[in-house]
Amino acid sequence: MFLRMLVRAAVLRRRRALSALFAMVVAAAVATAMLNLYVDVQAKLRREFRNYGANIVLVSRDGASLPADALAHVESVLAGRGVGAPFALVVARTSDGQPVVVAGTDFDRVRQLDRWWSVSNWPSAPQQALVGVRALSVVSPKNQPFDLTFQGHTIRLTSAGTVGTGAAEDSRVYVSLADLASWTGVRTSTIEVAASGSPQEISAIMQQLEQAIPAADVRPVRQIMEGEARVLGKTRATLLAAAALIILTAALCVLSTLMGWVFDRRRDFAIMKALGASDRLLNGFFAAEAAALGASGALIGFVLGIGIAAWIGRVNFHAPVVPRFSVLPFVLAGSIVVTLLSAVLPIWLLRRVQPAVILRGE
Amino acid sequence: MFARLVYESFRRQKRRKLLAGAAITLGVTVATAMIAVATDIGDKINRELRTIGANLLVTPQEDTLDVEIGRVNLKPPSDGAFLNEADLPKIKGTFWHNNITGFAPMLPVNVTLQRDGGAETVTLLGTYFAKQVSFGKEEFTTGVRSTHPWWRVSGAWPDDNSRDVLLGEHLASRLSAKPGDGVTESGRELHVSGILSTGGSEDDQIVAPIALAQEILGKPGAVRRVYVSALTKPEDALARRDPKSMSGPIYDRWYCSPYPQSIAFQLQEAIPHSHAEQIRQVAQNEGAVLTRIEGLIFLITLAALFASALAVSAAMATAIFERRAEVGLMKALGAGKLAVASVFFAEATLLALIGGLVGFSAGGFLAHQIGRSIFDSQIAIPPVLLPVILLIAVIVTFAGSAVAIRQAVRLDPVLALRGEL
Repeated sequence: MFLRMLVRAAVLRRRRALSALFAMVVAAAVATAMLNLYVDVQAKLRREFRNYGANIVLVSRDGASLPADALAHVESVLAGRGVGAPFALVVARTSDGQPVVVAGTDFDRVRQLDRWWSVSNWPSAPQQALVGVRALSVVSPKNQPFDLTFQGHTIRLTSAGTVGTGAAEDSRVYVSLADLASWTGVRTSTIEVAASGSPQEISAIMQQLEQAIPAADVRPVRQIMEGEARVLGKTRATLLAAAALIILTAALCVLSTLMGWVFDRRRDFAIMKALGASDRLLNGFFAAEAAALGASGALIGFVLGIGIAAWIGRVNFHAPVVPRFSVLPFVLAGSIVVTLLSAVLPIWLLRRVQPAVILRGE
Repeated sequence: MFARLVYESFRRQKRRKLLAGAAITLGVTVATAMIAVATDIGDKINRELRTIGANLLVTPQEDTLDVEIGRVNLKPPSDGAFLNEADLPKIKGTFWHNNITGFAPMLPVNVTLQRDGGAETVTLLGTYFAKQVSFGKEEFTTGVRSTHPWWRVSGAWPDDNSRDVLLGEHLASRLSAKPGDGVTESGRELHVSGILSTGGSEDDQIVAPIALAQEILGKPGAVRRVYVSALTKPEDALARRDPKSMSGPIYDRWYCSPYPQSIAFQLQEAIPHSHAEQIRQVAQNEGAVLTRIEGLIFLITLAALFASALAVSAAMATAIFERRAEVGLMKALGAGKLAVASVFFAEATLLALIGGLVGFSAGGFLAHQIGRSIFDSQIAIPPVLLPVILLIAVIVTFAGSAVAIRQAVRLDPVLALRGEL
């Protein structure tokens, strides 16, 4: 009987039940999308910030080279959570005696680490160099092969392309680590690491690096870390404020639609009361109806909201927002509370009114 | 008669009007606050991004290469070209001077420190800390404290006109010096006012007021490079074009947009014999981060507008449904569909205007609060927004009422009056 009353109430007044359900679905969808974005935006923006390059630098303590297996240790600590690029620096002389900084590195890794480098063509063969835009006029003004000398040893390099960054890199010549080692004997002295993750994860990575490579001084790049933390914090706070406003508005929309619906059915309410239904039964009936509406609206809205969040992720961040099922209980509980509130409030207002007054339409 | 109908409806049905009005007010409040935040978020995040450091670098045009490895600067200090310190205030005279949040000149020189009998060669970096500079009538403060906000000092920042210096933390621990100590540099006694920690090469250097570095070098007014921190717009296809190849109007548009390239171009014009360039690591990524955050807030603002429109429509629909008996009475007394509809629409417009006005000021207050609590600065609402917001409020209220009003005028008065619908 109870169930039948519930079903018939929804079926007979299809239009109003549907509009209440629609409001519920929209509210739940918006709430789901906002909560999902709020949880995910941090990960998305962190990825953007990793394009700033290294946030950790390993420097050998005594100014000598790092151990040969240092990069392998870095790789195993990172385990795919970032990228590290080795660097070795020497000061060489050009054929007319000008000093120039020559850096040995791994071009494939630098390419992943320092995406802002504007490179005309990456070197691909041995004895090829990447020449900074300012260094070019000093070492090879006519773009011909050039000689560099370090402590009496000379190497002949060809310029594969130029690199422009607007910073110190512009006055350097980059060669592969193997070329640098066979020419000067100098090996990796610095490893720049771009590690992704929360501040806690990054400090854990730094600790592990310190343990794995005791010969290295592991330093955070504070400039990047602090800027990232500030921008992320402010963006999240803005998002939270926006989410709170939107969820409040959506809840209000549900509240006003549902209250209208229940007020509309005061005649049902009066008839039930006149036929001898107790206050408890009435409350239970309307509460069950509201809970059913809230739960079904929340479920449909959740699916829709995940879709909206994924769409925003694709349009704005070019990466899908992962559905967070941990959001579901909150959306479900919130929806049921709002619907219960909007169903019970009118009943509570009407409870003292005589059924006869309502039935007479006064 | 018509005016009286509307007036009486407001006077007698205060509760219903209050409910609908509250929904409109809340909707407009949320919409106004979100639009204000969305229009201002780019500027706010841009300022936060400035904590990552300067995005433009000015160097002398005919400079020799930098020869710097780790803590040692191998470039002969008097080698190469210099900029003139007296030209720097002109940075504030460029077209985009309001977008330039600060600049800091740098002059590295090599010095020999004597301490406990030993001698050590280190780099002394001359710069501005928080220097008062004036251009024309404008007075402003600039230096590393605004362009390099991640520099941390234990002790006190030196005064720009003093002979106090900061010691980098690694250098300080090697020398076991602390704030208040003195270090001797080839006959000069320098007072250490604080220990500097930056996480970069400055940790092994001495940082001093620029006048001191110029005195050591023997070149008054010399500056090696200038870091400029500017609020810029993410670059697009136009920004990347070469200004020399542009025709008049396109060149004007390029010149008058705060792209990193065009600000660099103007700096080059302002400072003689200089070369200005964007620091790609900062400038390029800034654009990407800014675009993402602006895009996100824009989409969320759309969601907020949608939610508030829905809330207003729902409230209006409910309010009209409740008044079926009244519609029945009006029709029974001979009112046409048009008359009934116009009464409702007039009421809706009045409600939308009142709710819109109250909501606009509440939204302004809310945006102000958000700006103050999150960004520690104002979020201003352009007054131009008011007519736009009012128009949106009226349209949304109309749209929300339209379906309900259509159903109401179609009612059979007999059924409506008997309350059988």
